Parts: sequence; structure tokens; C-alpha cells
Amino acid sequence: MSATVIEGRPNSGTLEESYLGDGFSLRSWLLTTDHKRIAILYLASITAFFFIGGAAAALVRYNLMVPEGMIPSAETYNRLFTMHGVVMVWFFLVPAVPVTLGNFIVPLMLGARDLAFPRLNLFSWYLFMLGGIVVLYSLFTGGVDTGWTFYTPLATTYAKGHVVATVVGIFISGFSSIATGLNFIVTIHRLRAPGMTWFRMPVFLWSLYATSAILVLATPVLAMTLLLLAFERLFHIGVFDPAMGGDPLLFQHLFWFYSHPAVYIMILPGFGIVSEIVPAFSRKPLFGYSFVVWASIGIAVISFLVWGHHMFVAGTSLFSALVFSILSYMVAVPSAIKVFNWIGTMHKGFIRFDAPMLYALGFIGLFTMGGLTGLFVAALAADVHLTQTYFVVAHFHYVMVGGMVSAFFAGLHYWWPKITGRMYPEMWGRAGALIIFIGFHLTFFPQFVLGYLGMPRRYHSYPPEFQVLNVLSSAGATILAVGYLLPLAYLTWSLFRGERAPANPWEATGLEWKTPSPPPTYNFAVTPEVDRAPYSYSPPTPQAPL
Amino acid sequence: MKLWLTAATGIAAQVDYLIFALTLISCAVLALVFGLMLRYMFKYRAGSDIDRGAVAQKTWRVETAWTAATLLAFFGLFIWGAGLYVQLFQPPRDALRIYVIGKQFMWKVEHDGGQREIDAIHLPVGIDVQLVMTSEDVIHDFSVPAFRIKHDVLPGRYETLWFRVDKPGTYHLFCTQLCGIDHANMIGQIVAMPKADYQKWLSQSATGDTLATAGKTLFMRYGCSGCHGSSGTGGTQSQSTVRAPSLVGLYGSPVTLTDGSIVKADERYIRDCILTPARQRVASYLPVMPSFAGEMSEEDLLKIIAYVKSMAGEKGPS
Repeated sequence: MSATVIEGRPNSGTLEESYLGDGFSLRSWLLTTDHKRIAILYLASITAFFFIGGAAAALVRYNLMVPEGMIPSAETYNRLFTMHGVVMVWFFLVPAVPVTLGNFIVPLMLGARDLAFPRLNLFSWYLFMLGGIVVLYSLFTGGVDTGWTFYTPLATTYAKGHVVATVVGIFISGFSSIATGLNFIVTIHRLRAPGMTWFRMPVFLWSLYATSAILVLATPVLAMTLLLLAFERLFHIGVFDPAMGGDPLLFQHLFWFYSHPAVYIMILPGFGIVSEIVPAFSRKPLFGYSFVVWASIGIAVISFLVWGHHMFVAGTSLFSALVFSILSYMVAVPSAIKVFNWIGTMHKGFIRFDAPMLYALGFIGLFTMGGLTGLFVAALAADVHLTQTYFVVAHFHYVMVGGMVSAFFAGLHYWWPKITGRMYPEMWGRAGALIIFIGFHLTFFPQFVLGYLGMPRRYHSYPPEFQVLNVLSSAGATILAVGYLLPLAYLTWSLFRGERAPANPWEATGLEWKTPSPPPTYNFAVTPEVDRAPYSYSPPTPQAPL
Repeated sequence: MKLWLTAATGIAAQVDYLIFALTLISCAVLALVFGLMLRYMFKYRAGSDIDRGAVAQKTWRVETAWTAATLLAFFGLFIWGAGLYVQLFQPPRDALRIYVIGKQFMWKVEHDGGQREIDAIHLPVGIDVQLVMTSEDVIHDFSVPAFRIKHDVLPGRYETLWFRVDKPGTYHLFCTQLCGIDHANMIGQIVAMPKADYQKWLSQSATGDTLATAGKTLFMRYGCSGCHGSSGTGGTQSQSTVRAPSLVGLYGSPVTLTDGSIVKADERYIRDCILTPARQRVASYLPVMPSFAGEMSEEDLLKIIAYVKSMAGEKGPS
């Protein structure tokens, strides 16, 4: 079998030799401890959650087409946007990259046989599914109308609906996050191939390392906060409700102490993906590798110190607002560094425009816009006007949907041949990247203007002067929806009809490309050795396919 | 479709300058990022056989340069945004007070003269106005886009917000903190009018009792007068069974607590004294005052506080 690891061998694994051929029964999937199969289980799960959350978003945009609201009941509308937020944040954005691409690629990139704790990995999927099912049950049997932020005392005392069930579901899935983070940290520390020093690690690994640190440190705070919320609601213990002697702002401090770092849980893996793809499709080493690495670490640290910027109008002190404002600017610096480095990588490169690169370029554009509008809301006086309006909605969708989902698709297309052993249809891939980029702007750019004009978020109905921009946004959303359905269609098609993928279709560096596509269960027949820095790309030789 | 928003306060114009500057900076950065990306995508496309020359190996100079430039620009933006924000925390001393109570899903407003409104605030232009706001239930948020200001309205405490309207007109008032099912209907109007019209409105809407006179009645009814004296002059052993501090001249003056700290007797302090007296022990008095938490509605509290304020007398707020 060692023949299958020879570098550059055009094709290799047949289905039977690969992890996909290692058992076809349901049991062989549900009880697997193979990181690759678990990644597939996760991929199927988060795809389902993405489209559930997306359907809720579609209904939200549908409602906002007319000032009085297309959906007759304000309660239904509030439940829809709450469902959209809860499902998208905790069951798509937070886990998406680590548990799918991370699960599949991390051991391969490290030259390892599996993650450090394979059974914990499987267990974390079951926790995730249990949490997800509890949340879906509570959302479909009545739902919650508190928004995904569960502000108190609305969520503890006044809201009707399944608040406790929903937070219990999130609580359970939080342990799945912690387990995954722990698994990655130990794996990256202990299972690097011989010669893979810390600074020979691709940035994707560094990003997931930083992400895992946040997952392990921040998620327990969320668990604690949600538990207090549930206790307050059930037993009226008086932690958050001032009528019982509690402090309503305490909840916001605790909630954002998790939820701001969580933004970086969502976006850091995206930085990692783009840092793989831009060098691979520019045929050049990553510009300023060590700066990109330290920027990731810097983000992970500073992200814990900016939560107060969600509370500039909440009644916190002037001093805290000043401190959190300047720290919020600090956390933007490493992100800016990364953008410059990706562009520096393209300089003097040999740039190819395959779908992964197009998605990655889309990410850079959308993320830059999301980051720049973050400067508006970090500026205190501007935030006072813009916070709680559609400006903020647009800002975080640019970062988390425009940025993060584009990066996820970039990575999915980049590693799709490795994961499935099939090529996706290239023309469709490029079309998808383009449609998502355009549809995204059409949907969310009008919302910046709406926010500046003062339209509050989470409004079921609105004054008529906001209608034109809302209709534009909803129209854009239909294009965006096509953009998201397209990859679902052609990627599914490629599973059955796609061209067989070679071991290394992109001629990329990285150990994951030195094993057949799809990889065998044991990953590497011979433990690979690393003797050089990552991204040792050189200009293409004349006969290489372009 | 209107793409510009009225700036009805002084701070609104200044916030607009800041937002405009941020927009310009963003456009410049976007032009740079997209410009370089598109240029490289074309110039260095794989099919192009342009001479790429040597690739730079050392990058730290350029890294340091753009990191420093970014830091500098960000620091400038921070100073600008913070400078304006600080103004919001510095209310003028003699601002006109208007009292706002948020409740699912309405805004209740009380004026010192006893005028009451729901989902609307009438106020004069050209005069500093300070809102004293609280909530009866969940967190609301008082937001007026034309003024470029908003502030959360919290249960259990007073939050303040001040502004001065320059342009007469009717402006949207929104609740911008999700407060329950009918959150989107918790909207109202700010009617800013010339001073003469405002005076006319005040006299037309007068109900007879000012807030302070209504407060005096409540002062008796809740039994405050039992200890603090029927005119708030404080109780002495001879007049009543307990010795209680005088309330005359209290508002706006410094109060020494048992732990030696000194606090200013503002609305927030007086409110806390009534609801959580055990936590506000005034030096040299016994902690015998009962709490009125849960017994007094927010409206009654406002009236009693207005009465206490009316006793500030010559001393006035300091």
C-alpha cells in the first residue's frame, strides 16, 4: 500500500480502499471513530441546520416586504428571527468549520492517524445532535421570542415560550464545542508528524488552535450563564431580575463575555482556510507567515477583552465604554494585517481562478467591508446612533455570513476532491461564488442605509419610509438564496457523477494532499516527514496544467 | 426614498461628520483593497507571462509599516468617537427634566407641571432637556434617530439622557431593545416646538396638580410624613417617635453615609433611599426606614421625588 503515498501520483484510491469503503452499514457510520467519517456526519448535520436557519431568514425577509408585515402575527415573526439566530449561531456558524473541515483535515494536515481522542470526537457529535434536537423541538413546538441574545429580565420573567428548553439545548451542544476544542488542542500538541515544528504548521492549523483555545475557555461561561438564566426562570432566584434583587446588566456582561469571543470562533477558521487557498492558487508562499500566525493568537487573546462594546448604550460607565472602545479598535488591527497579507501573497503570483479561489477572494472583499463597518460601531458616538439598528445587522452579516460562509464554501470546494474523491463541476462552482457575492451585497448593503436612517432591528412592522430599502434587501435575498442552493445541488450531483479526483488536484503543498483522494481509513501508509516551511510554492512549470 | 436623515440636535450634526469621515476612510480602504486585488488578478493571472522579478523574502518592514499606519488611524477614530460620546455624559446643570417610564409596550411621560402623555413627548427647542428614564418591566431603549441618540431604559434604576433640539418638528421615537411581542409597536413621537408654543401646550395640558403637589399628597398617604415631618423638615424625638433626616435642601446636596462615603442626592439616590433604604444609611441616623420596593409604582415614586426636589429651596442643585 505504500505506493499510494507517492507524491504526485495522478490518481490512487478506489472507493473500496478509502475510508468511504470501510463499511456501508448505518452502524458503520453511527459508531465510527474515524475523524473523516465523523466529519461527514457533522457535514450532513450542519447542512440541515443551515437550511433550517436559512428558511427562517427567508420568512423574515418575506415579512419585511411591506411596512405592516406580511406575516400577520408579530409573535410568529419574533419567533422566526429568534430561531434564525439560535440555529445559525450555535448550530452552524460556531461549529461549521472546526467540526467538518477541521475534523477531516486537521489530522491529515498534521500527518496523523486520527484526532487524539477519537471516541470523544464521536461523543461530541452525539452531544451536538442531542442539543440540536432539543432546540429544534422547542423551536417547532412553540418557539421562543427573546431573540438569540436572551436578554433579561425579558427572557427570565416576561417572555412566554420554551426558553428553558432552548437554552438547555444550547447548553448541551456547548459541551460538544468544548470537547472538539480540547481534542484539537491535544492533537496539535501531540500528534504532529516528525519535522512538523510549530512554525512549519499551515495557518489553518494555527487558526483552529486559536479557535479551540477560545472554545475551551469561553464556552463554559456561556454554559454557566444559560444555567443561571434557566434557574432564574424556573425558581426565581433573583440573579438578573431587579424586581427580585438581581442585576439585568449582569446577564449582558456574562453573555457577551462568551458571545464576543464566539464571533472569532466563527471567523478565525475562515482566516485559516483563506490562508491555505490564496497561496495555493497564487503559486506563492503566504506573505508574512509569522505575522499571520501571531495575528491569530493576538485575536484570540484580545477577543476576550472587548465584550463591553455591545453595551455602549446599556447603562455601563463612561470609563468602561472608553476602555472597550479602544480595545475594539485593537482587535481590528490583526484582522487588517491578515487582509494585507493575503493581498501581498497575490503580488507577483501566478493566480488561477478556480472556484475555491473565487470564494476566497469573495471572502476578502466581504470581510473587509464587514471589518470596516465595525470601525463605525467601535467609534462610541457613532455606535450610539447605529447600534440596535439594521446597520449592526448588516455589519455582522457581512462578517459572519459574507465572510465566514464564503470561507466555508472556499474550504469546502478546495478540500471537496480530498473528502469525496470527486471533482465538483468547475463552471458551476465559479457561478456559485459569483452569485453569492452579488446576492450578498444586494441583500445586506441596503441594510447599512436603513440602519443609518434609524430603522430598528427586530421590528415586525416599520414606518413606511423604510419600505423601498427593505424591498431591495428582500429581492437581493432571493438571489442569495439561489447562490446557497446552487452548491447544494451541484455538490450533491458531483457525489455521484463528478469526475474522479486525483490525490492532489491543485498541486498544493500540505500533507493532506500526499494521501489518496479519498484517503484510506488509516490516512497515511507511511508516516510522512516534514522538512520545510509550509507553502513552499514555486512558479508553475511550463507543462503544468493551468 | 430619502437617503439622508434630519439632524435635529447639535450632536446629530457632529455624529454625522464622524460617520461621514468613517465612510470616506472605508471607501479609501476598499478602493485600495479591491484595487490591488483586481490589479493583481489581472496582472499576475497565471496565463500572463509578465516578468515577476524577484519575490521579496523579508516582509517585516512592510508589515510594521501597515500595522503602525492602521494603529494610528484607529487611535484617531477612537479619540473622535470618544470625544463626542463624553458629551452625552455631561448633562448641563439646569436642563429641563422630563420623566419617562417604559412599559410593555408604551412610553409614559410625566412633566414637572403634572402634564402626562403616552407615546409622545412635547418639548421646547433651544433648551437643554434631560430625560430621567426607568422601566416597569423589561429593558427598553429610548431612541430618536433624528437626534442620533439612544439609551437603554432599565427596570429598577434611573438612566438619564440629555439633548437640545434645534429644529422644531415631529420625530420618530423608537424602542430599540427587543422588549417582547409588540416591540415594534412601542413607538412614539417627539414633538419639538418653539418656546411660546410649548408654553401654550403646557398650560393647555395642565391637570391641576404639579408633580410636586401630587407628591406631597402621596408623602402623607405613604406615611413618609410620620417620620420626616409633615413638611419634610425631619422628625425630632419630641414630634414623632423616630428621628429621621430633614428633606429640606436635601436634593442636590452631598450626603455622608455611615461608611464615610459622600454621595450626591440626585433622583437616583432618592429613589434608592425609598426602595433600598438599608443600603443607603445616612450617618448618625438609625437604619429604621422600611423599604417601599414593590409598594410604590414608578409614577408615585416620580411624584414623591419631585416633592423632595421641590424642597431643595434656596440651595438648589449643586
